[in-house]
Amino acid sequence: MSVGTVAAPPSTAPPPPTKRRITLPIALLGIAGLILLVALIRVITGAEDLASSGTLGAAVLLAMPIGMAGLGGLWAERAGVVNIGLEGMMILGTWGAGFFGYQWGPWAGVLGAIAMGAVGGLIHAIATVGFGVDHIVSGVAVNIIGLGAAQYLAALTFTGTPGGGPTQSPPIGDLPVITVPGIASAAADLEAENWFFVPDLASVVRALTAGISLLTVIAIGLVVLTWWVLWRTAFGLRLRSCGESPSAAETLGVNVYRYKYIAVVISGGFAGLGGAFLAIVASSIYRDGQTGGRGYIGLAAMIFGNWRPGGLLMGAGLFGFTDALQLRSGGESVHALLLLVGVGLLGLAVWQLRGSRRLAGLVTAGIAIAFLVWYLTTEEVPQDFSSMTPYVVTLLVLALASQRLRMPAADGLPYRRGQGS
Amino acid sequence: MRFDPRRVALTLAAPVLALVAAVAIASLVLAAAGDPVIEVWRTILQPPKPRNVVNIINSASVLYLSGLAVAIGFRMNLFNIGVDGQYRLAAFVAAVVAAQGWLPGVLNIVLTIVVAMLVGAMWAGVAAILKVTRGVSEVISTIMLNAIATALVAYLLRKASVQVAGSNNIGTAPIPEDSRMPGIALIPGAPNEVYGFVVVAIAAGIAYSVLLSRTTFGFNLRATGRSESAAVASGIDVKRMVVIAMLISGGVAGLVGMPLLLGSAYSYGLTFQSGLGFAGIAVALLGRNNPVGIAIGALLFSYLNEQSNPLQILVGVSDDIVKIVQGIVVLTVVIAYEVVRRYGVAQEQRKVARELANQRRRDSEEVSAA
Repeated sequence: MSVGTVAAPPSTAPPPPTKRRITLPIALLGIAGLILLVALIRVITGAEDLASSGTLGAAVLLAMPIGMAGLGGLWAERAGVVNIGLEGMMILGTWGAGFFGYQWGPWAGVLGAIAMGAVGGLIHAIATVGFGVDHIVSGVAVNIIGLGAAQYLAALTFTGTPGGGPTQSPPIGDLPVITVPGIASAAADLEAENWFFVPDLASVVRALTAGISLLTVIAIGLVVLTWWVLWRTAFGLRLRSCGESPSAAETLGVNVYRYKYIAVVISGGFAGLGGAFLAIVASSIYRDGQTGGRGYIGLAAMIFGNWRPGGLLMGAGLFGFTDALQLRSGGESVHALLLLVGVGLLGLAVWQLRGSRRLAGLVTAGIAIAFLVWYLTTEEVPQDFSSMTPYVVTLLVLALASQRLRMPAADGLPYRRGQGS
Repeated sequence: MRFDPRRVALTLAAPVLALVAAVAIASLVLAAAGDPVIEVWRTILQPPKPRNVVNIINSASVLYLSGLAVAIGFRMNLFNIGVDGQYRLAAFVAAVVAAQGWLPGVLNIVLTIVVAMLVGAMWAGVAAILKVTRGVSEVISTIMLNAIATALVAYLLRKASVQVAGSNNIGTAPIPEDSRMPGIALIPGAPNEVYGFVVVAIAAGIAYSVLLSRTTFGFNLRATGRSESAAVASGIDVKRMVVIAMLISGGVAGLVGMPLLLGSAYSYGLTFQSGLGFAGIAVALLGRNNPVGIAIGALLFSYLNEQSNPLQILVGVSDDIVKIVQGIVVLTVVIAYEVVRRYGVAQEQRKVARELANQRRRDSEEVSAA
């Protein structure tokens, strides 16, 4: 493995070829390399907020709703149902969090959000699995219904409540926050030091140990659980077989309809949980239009992650990170990011050229040089450009790596029992 | 095609079934929420006043163009979710160009429209190129491009804007008086006028119909949509078709903002209507990508939007109920078509089976008679 690929940020690291698996040591090495690169960039550019624990903490917080939506997408698509309705299910989730949360406390809000999201999932499942409707059509309809239903219900239930109104709920209580004693404060001390690399490492540790919402811990646990269930149990194997070859699964006695229903309802539940994050953890209130397209972004994160839990977590992290950068210090940090992207792409280009993919390598190198020139010739990136960063990065990643992505073979195809091809 | 009453009945059954189901479900939702069901429907179904009729036609023309743009992609299984970003970017650039007044009068209108179509096509073209060269799904790339367009327009708007007097709104400079599109006093007794652009919208619908059913390109497009492998086998360059279809779709998407720009807003500002692209998807689905069907869908949606406005004041029910109705209609329409199709197929099979059985009996009778 060349230096270029180790140091490449997750944005440009292509998903692993199926033959070579990312083992824990390699992953740790990659993370260390990434932190090293960020440390270098920080020193060169002086953008101190680039990887401060504040930014990283915000990044984790912002990544979670996207990650949960992506996880929802993963469940549905692994069972062969494309779920573009995640946005609508997430919106339903935010209302559920607001409605149940303000009356019976934040944990009830979390459950309510999951239940509301699951209702959205059930609608999608009935339409796509039960009636064989085109998955994207049904997803669009679910998005319209979810948005309308949440706003209608909000006006119905929150009007006249103390602190609430037709478009927002009364405040929801806070969920417990965890700080690992000892480590967090030690990391904080280290972060304050003016050394190279160590503060950056410390800020990562601090972001992961200080003031983490319990729901975040649960959510990360759910990602691991999802991996275990889908890839290590018979149930998961059957569920994935419905996404790869439903007629083959059918001949082996798998009740494809049932698995698809379960998967899509769970998918909605996860999207709803993402909504709970937005309503309870990120703002402690339901508000109209709170999701801001994060359901779609979750879907993109899942595709970015090659329909795998680890990959989608990385994708969600990328979105969360760029989002946090833009929120916290805007132009300066994103400006530093230009250098990061430029260097990363250059590394990728070298790797592509070594692998005798001349044209792709040259194109990548051209883009990399454009980024570097942009970095050198400007002082700051305008605010609006920083808000488009995650989307541009996603497009770039998809453009560079889409040939390596492999979706479930029967993803999005209609299935009817007894009519397998 | 031979006239077959059963066929016609089946075709009509689906939309009727869908509407009935949608109304029933929405009524259930209203009743469950404790809202006055009858009052809500009475308000929505009351005959619109002339002023409202004009509003319905105007917003339907916008939805129609958006639906057409989506439908062109749909016909070859391309999902252009990016109509939203395409029309906003196009309307912004067109507004800036139109405000310069480089050409006099009508010529400036033509220039504005051409610019809008080019910009829309260009933005859709990004997704097309990513699809054919890098295999990026247009669903995802157009979602990303929508978000990028939002940020890009916000940035450019701040650069190119003039402060609108007496408000916080910023917008482009207004377009000259002589390059605004005059309205048509179509509805007697209405104080407002129908957009002149309605004529263009109708022309676009006719062009769509002719393009799809009367040209080789349209045939290739539909063939690719039906079966890509068959299209490849018959020598159609699918990649080229993808790019062209996406460019046309984007070009039509560029038109979506024009009725508003040339007929009522006269500039592009923060308050320029957004979200029309997503409504267009629903309208295209509702109309089954058929030019007349899309028109009906657009009229239905804008009727619901317009008639739901007084709900909050008159009945005290949030007008968001209409969004639920619209979403349910989209779902029930596709479900109803599927149910009716399955029913039709089952009927057909039964009929064939019966005829075969009869024939066999006749054959055996003939044999025994001989």
